[in-house]
Amino acid sequence: MQTATGPLLAVERLRVEFPTRRGTLVAVHDLSFDIAPGEVLGVVGESGAGKSITGAAIIGLIDPPGRIAAGEIRLAGRRIDNLPYAEMRRVRGREIGAIFQDPLTSLNPLYTVGRQLTETIRTHLDMNEAAARDRAIGLLEEVGIPAAARRIDHYPHQFSGGMRQRVVIALALAAKPRLIVADEPTTALDVSIQSQIIELLKRLCREHGTAVMLVTHDMGVIAETADRVAVMYAGRIVEIGPVADVIHRPQHPYTVGLMGSIPSIVDEREHLTQIDGSMPRLTALPTGCAFHPRCPRAFAHCREARPELVAAGPTRAACWLLETPAHAQARAEALS
Amino acid sequence: MTDELLRMTGVARSFDVSPPWLNRVLERRGRVILKAVDGVDLAIRKGETLGLVGESGCGKSTIARLIVGLYAPTRGTIVYEGVTIAGEGATTDAARLRSTRRGMQMIFQDPYASLNPRWRVAAIVAEPMRLHDPALTHEELGARVAALLEQVGLAAADGTKYPHQFSGGQRQRISIARALSTNPSFLVCDEPTSALDVSVQAQVLNLMRDLQRRLCLTYLFISHNLAVVHHIADRVGVMYLGRIVELAPTRELFATPRHPYTRMLLDAVPDLEMSGASRTAVAGEVPNPLDPPTGCTFHPRCPHANERCREQIPELLPAGAAMVACHGIAEGRIPLRTAAAAGT
Repeated sequence: MQTATGPLLAVERLRVEFPTRRGTLVAVHDLSFDIAPGEVLGVVGESGAGKSITGAAIIGLIDPPGRIAAGEIRLAGRRIDNLPYAEMRRVRGREIGAIFQDPLTSLNPLYTVGRQLTETIRTHLDMNEAAARDRAIGLLEEVGIPAAARRIDHYPHQFSGGMRQRVVIALALAAKPRLIVADEPTTALDVSIQSQIIELLKRLCREHGTAVMLVTHDMGVIAETADRVAVMYAGRIVEIGPVADVIHRPQHPYTVGLMGSIPSIVDEREHLTQIDGSMPRLTALPTGCAFHPRCPRAFAHCREARPELVAAGPTRAACWLLETPAHAQARAEALS
Repeated sequence: MTDELLRMTGVARSFDVSPPWLNRVLERRGRVILKAVDGVDLAIRKGETLGLVGESGCGKSTIARLIVGLYAPTRGTIVYEGVTIAGEGATTDAARLRSTRRGMQMIFQDPYASLNPRWRVAAIVAEPMRLHDPALTHEELGARVAALLEQVGLAAADGTKYPHQFSGGQRQRISIARALSTNPSFLVCDEPTSALDVSVQAQVLNLMRDLQRRLCLTYLFISHNLAVVHHIADRVGVMYLGRIVELAPTRELFATPRHPYTRMLLDAVPDLEMSGASRTAVAGEVPNPLDPPTGCTFHPRCPHANERCREQIPELLPAGAAMVACHGIAEGRIPLRTAAAAGT
């Protein structure tokens, strides 16, 4: 059991499967990480790495027939991965807020913004209509919507993309959750709006002490926002650690390649580092380390056995190159 | 200038986005005209990469489509290799137009939508050649397609496959092979890497650089991603609401951004090197292009705007190594920012 000082969110050996006609696809394998209260954990990876599925598993929104096949998700010590639907609905919104990529599809186009906000507030907090409306106006002001008292009666289509994403953030914060799962919250927005939304998220989390799991493919957004970052590849975490260490001193060859392939507005390079090939399909995962066919430093052992996360300086990475004899021995003992 | 490949002079394109006639009559509303591109002067030199950046709706894709002839300009002229290909005084000689246009090809953003899913890759790559060279035999086409596929890093045998058998990055390679099939000298690339993951984007950008060097290509590279443009372009044009507000050599633009909008954009880019540092928050949003502000269209968001900015549209004038459309810069009101100050 977790004590009050333990992590806010603990994910242990999570496995998410999708049964298909041609066999079971495992989208997330043996995933373990935790998020401390008030911490921002970035989760990066390319399409198909399993980062959005992980976010969906935490908020209990994996589309059937997908399912959590093994592992545990605990929020402040309480298991939430096996809750009945109705109970999970109370956790979602009240304790975990969600922000999705496309603000237009996460708002109901037929209801005013005010109605959606007050409904959410009254579902989770004990408030009458007038008090909920006051809180809704307060929330809209807090996320930077000008003339909130008038705008509250507008429909989603009357807001611009950036303003809509602010409304979605207000909705996520409506019941004062302790954790927000944000899946690509700025991807659909222009750069100038994106920077406004990042600043807003950072400020709100600082003021409310809300923890955030920020799922994105944009390393720049992570660099500016997160405390720690987890890099995912083919359904597993390949490296996790403090954001500055992962960016400036990456340990896993995939992270090294990923950082080198990002063009920058500061330095000038003739060629970007490229990782040849592309992420394997879930139907045809390579044996051993899933990255070995693309890895410039792969050797025979990488094709045969899968490395576990081991400490590599301030970060933890899953790579045979980092395995010291002591680690290897400890693992052999644990397995026997 | 002899090394000029393409020149756009006063090019404008507007779209009629009015409601239907009956609605206009019943609701007593007039026509609504969207000025997507509003008076753009632009020259592209042989062998260079000109980057064009801007936020959604600024007209950068419209410029690409005007150049390749997918849209006709409302005003202005486009001259390519000495031939007026669009606008007033455009050549009416269809054969000449066709042979001129053969020198330019386009690469689109979405490699899923731009390849016909029912055609084999070999047929897709061969299509432009069949149109431009009907005399080519089947064997000649096959050999040429194989060479093109190998040139972009695919195997000759991939020609027998269908597009769905390839990943996003490989599909974009197929698009590039198709664009290269007519031996063009000019490629118009509209967000060619925006739909790709970063590691795959790096592959495509590296490939485009190598091809440019080997085949002496000229690129117009359109992107919303400033870091990508910084990496690939020699000169960069910044667009805002249908106009070019700043045009400068890449190094100059990123080291000494002059136009307040360019400065704002550069400040807004999240970058790995700025880890932990807080940025200047950008105020406001892009105004509705149906009802653009008077004068300089950027004035409602500009910290340096004054009366003149609200009334008079600024022209693109030389300022140091750059061309800038800003009254404040022209009058010397806005102090220049040095590279050191911009980097912190």
